[in-house]
Amino acid sequence: MIAKKSSTLRVLVYEGRDSLPIPGELRLELIRSLLDQGYFVSAVKSEGKLAKFSQSHILVLGRFESMPDALATDASEGTQVHVRNIDGMSAESIRGIVDEVSQTADGIVDDPGAAGASASGPRWKPWFPVIDYDRCTNCMQCLSFCLFDVYGVTKAGQITVQNQSNCKTDCPACSRVCPEVAILFPKYKAGPINGDEISADDVRREAMKVDISSLLGGDIYSMLRDRSAKAKSRFSKERDDDRALKERQRCLNKMQQAVDSLDIPVEVLSSLPSADTIRERAEQAKQKAQQALQMNAQKPIT
Amino acid sequence: MTQQRCVLFCRCAFARVVPDEVKNDVLTHLVDRAEPFDAVGDLCEMSARKDPMLADLASQGNLTVVACYPRAVKWLFSAAGAPLAAEGVEILNMRTETAASICNRLDGKPSEPLLSGESS
Repeated sequence: MIAKKSSTLRVLVYEGRDSLPIPGELRLELIRSLLDQGYFVSAVKSEGKLAKFSQSHILVLGRFESMPDALATDASEGTQVHVRNIDGMSAESIRGIVDEVSQTADGIVDDPGAAGASASGPRWKPWFPVIDYDRCTNCMQCLSFCLFDVYGVTKAGQITVQNQSNCKTDCPACSRVCPEVAILFPKYKAGPINGDEISADDVRREAMKVDISSLLGGDIYSMLRDRSAKAKSRFSKERDDDRALKERQRCLNKMQQAVDSLDIPVEVLSSLPSADTIRERAEQAKQKAQQALQMNAQKPIT
Repeated sequence: MTQQRCVLFCRCAFARVVPDEVKNDVLTHLVDRAEPFDAVGDLCEMSARKDPMLADLASQGNLTVVACYPRAVKWLFSAAGAPLAAEGVEILNMRTETAASICNRLDGKPSEPLLSGESS
């Protein structure tokens, strides 16, 4: 379970009216640690207005000589302002206050699909495709390719990313099959998938990779599954576990090389569902893509 | 009277794609300056959640986003239903620029000069 950092809480590190300056080192340590926890932080050093954002909770942290009641009146209607005096406190103690307010603020829930960090839970690396609609031609290849229901189609017939958290972390394969280089993964290691500018060479290279996918019969996952099944069959005959493990790793590496252009992580390859499930999902995805294309084809040309 | 420029800093806290040195140095610079700024843990994560605060940020007229590739930032906001304005938005890329260059641009100074002997 991952604690969701509230989309309704804004933390204001305040050094405006009626407050003393926060020592530089503490200010930096506090802001850095709050950001690392996924909080939205604003720093204000002079006159500060709280009405800038419309969230329902603002936590004001400052070294106040007297509690600044006037701050609450700055906020937008419907915003609850929490003011805390942090004079003499350490960054760690202050973070405890922020966590406490975050936990008790309205609308904060435990959400397994949400990012953020908690003391006990792992983080979700925000890994999902982002579509560059300046380039996208709505060809639906990504919808047809993805087995994990990441993509969908809007009522207006436009491709969209509908289930980000279904995406397999570190797998950029759909961006590799996009003929227009229109799918980004901002946290990917290299361009143009990470959002870097696209060169003519990139477009040519991506087109070549699409050709590779066609050569594989357009059904890469089935091919992978077949190969994986054959490998598993071999492993079942192996009595030496170490040898079997090495052979499995060797096969996975080989499989990875075969589809290197798609850059699918070994973890994703090795966790593919059964052949029947793959066929079923591929068929569903293909149908969705075809329906969307047919719908778009029937639209009047404007 | 000119509108004050808003600065939004992304810590890219949930991945290691922005060099630590760059994001730490830029954050230190922002924290030490007198100007107010907003900072988020991870723009990608906020975009995935379609966080309404992104719409608030996008509605700021004069906005400088200190994050990563401009194309990525533009479409992350768009994906959250909060498209950035076509004009008045500047995006500084911590994946490719040095901290010094970004800090200079935040301060309205020209970027780092080319090293002597280096030509463009």
